[in-house]
Amino acid sequence: MKIGILALQGDFAEHRIMLKNLGVETAEVRLPEQLKGLDGLIIPGGESTTIGKLAAAFNLIKPLRKFGQRHAIWGTCAGAIFLSKDVSHKQPLLKLMDIKVARNAFGRQLDSFEIYLDISNLNRAAGKDDPYHAIFIRAPIIKSVSGDTKILASIPDGRIVAAQQGHFLATSFHPELTNDSRFHEYFLSLVD
Amino acid sequence: MEQNTGSLKRKKGLAQMLKGGVIMDVVTTEHAKIAEDAGACAVMALERVPADIRAQGGVARMSDPGLIEEIMSTVSIPVMAKVRIGHFVEAQILEALGVDYIDESEVLTPADESHHINKHDFKIPFVCGCRNLGEALRRIGEGAAMIRTKGEAGTGDVVEAVRHARTVLGDIRKLATTADEELMAYAKSIGAPYELVKETKNLGHLPVVNFAAGGLATPADAALMMQLGVDGVFVGSGIFKSDDPAKRGEAIVKAVTHYKDAKILAEVSRNIGEPMVGRNISQMPEEEKIASRGW
Repeated sequence: MKIGILALQGDFAEHRIMLKNLGVETAEVRLPEQLKGLDGLIIPGGESTTIGKLAAAFNLIKPLRKFGQRHAIWGTCAGAIFLSKDVSHKQPLLKLMDIKVARNAFGRQLDSFEIYLDISNLNRAAGKDDPYHAIFIRAPIIKSVSGDTKILASIPDGRIVAAQQGHFLATSFHPELTNDSRFHEYFLSLVD
Repeated sequence: MEQNTGSLKRKKGLAQMLKGGVIMDVVTTEHAKIAEDAGACAVMALERVPADIRAQGGVARMSDPGLIEEIMSTVSIPVMAKVRIGHFVEAQILEALGVDYIDESEVLTPADESHHINKHDFKIPFVCGCRNLGEALRRIGEGAAMIRTKGEAGTGDVVEAVRHARTVLGDIRKLATTADEELMAYAKSIGAPYELVKETKNLGHLPVVNFAAGGLATPADAALMMQLGVDGVFVGSGIFKSDDPAKRGEAIVKAVTHYKDAKILAEVSRNIGEPMVGRNISQMPEEEKIASRGW
């Protein structure tokens, strides 16, 4: 199994380290031809406008959409925005996943926060019930989901912060900034 | 909801989201919009770019909060702003404004000639400049969550940024072969906290994100710094003192992403207009250099 990490901008190295520690081969993706031979893709945290613009400039939008027809893709924070259908802001999107998102939904850096979440899908997959340490940095929220998209996690006030639609996964927070590999393992279970 | 705002994890975390990106100096809302459209991952809001601070002289201070707030409301990307070295009240003001990052910067006139701000006191993360590993680790010891090389701001001459990046990264490489029992003496010799020296040795890199800054003017300069091993770049005067800031800004953003791909670097460097005029540092009198500010 070989997993690509979209390496246009952001914390792609952190995802690579997580996967390396799980014994998974990885490759950085900056150009369309680099998608060849990959079984799945992670879109990291970063600045979603920067990632979107670079993806458009280097003709990655269509190849990524095509890749998504057959392969698993997971977006964390900026990556979740890039995967979404709608962000109410003019910027390039992959529009692969039936989620509506709102950028910087909690505010600026002063409003960044950490919280422990109970995520039943993770607990089931890992076979134990440890709370999940979720780190939100100028984070987006998932305003609504449609189609066959399932909600994986919400914060106590009910706002959605993780969702899954088939082999697509979106999280508002950053599993790559923790030492807990359960989310990465869960993503790998979606890869064919 | 558990909301322990301000942990080091989140302070460092925002810098991790900026990696592989370009942070651009902007002095107006129009600049800020151009920077965002060019693909900047953040902007530095200030009244004068370093080249103008050099040209006009006088005391350089924190920018007018009104200007910073206007820029914050213009763009959706993170906004940073500068305070004078040691001026913790300017930092309190920026925290009250809610900027995303504070640069305790040698580009402004220092307010304290012995002490930097105790950055642990703040919820807002700080970035600080450095010329070598000792200086970087002193700043991290004071609570900086991100480091940048100082370079020589406002010159368009990349030589000092190269010197500082090579020094910091070279010091870290040497640390890898330094025996554990030698670390205390080494920490003493570079004036750095022992625990951070040990942590840096174990990690093989600084415990925080490390950008380049000071004198970058072209896509090739940015890619050079990336190939030397930094995580991203600040471009100050280099963009808005050039002929065509929108084009040059976008070219530098692309160059940072594709920093190892010479074909793309050639492509993005083509027809982007004249760079800033620049000043050759080897002919600059010592007293005009600002990188030596910081203790």
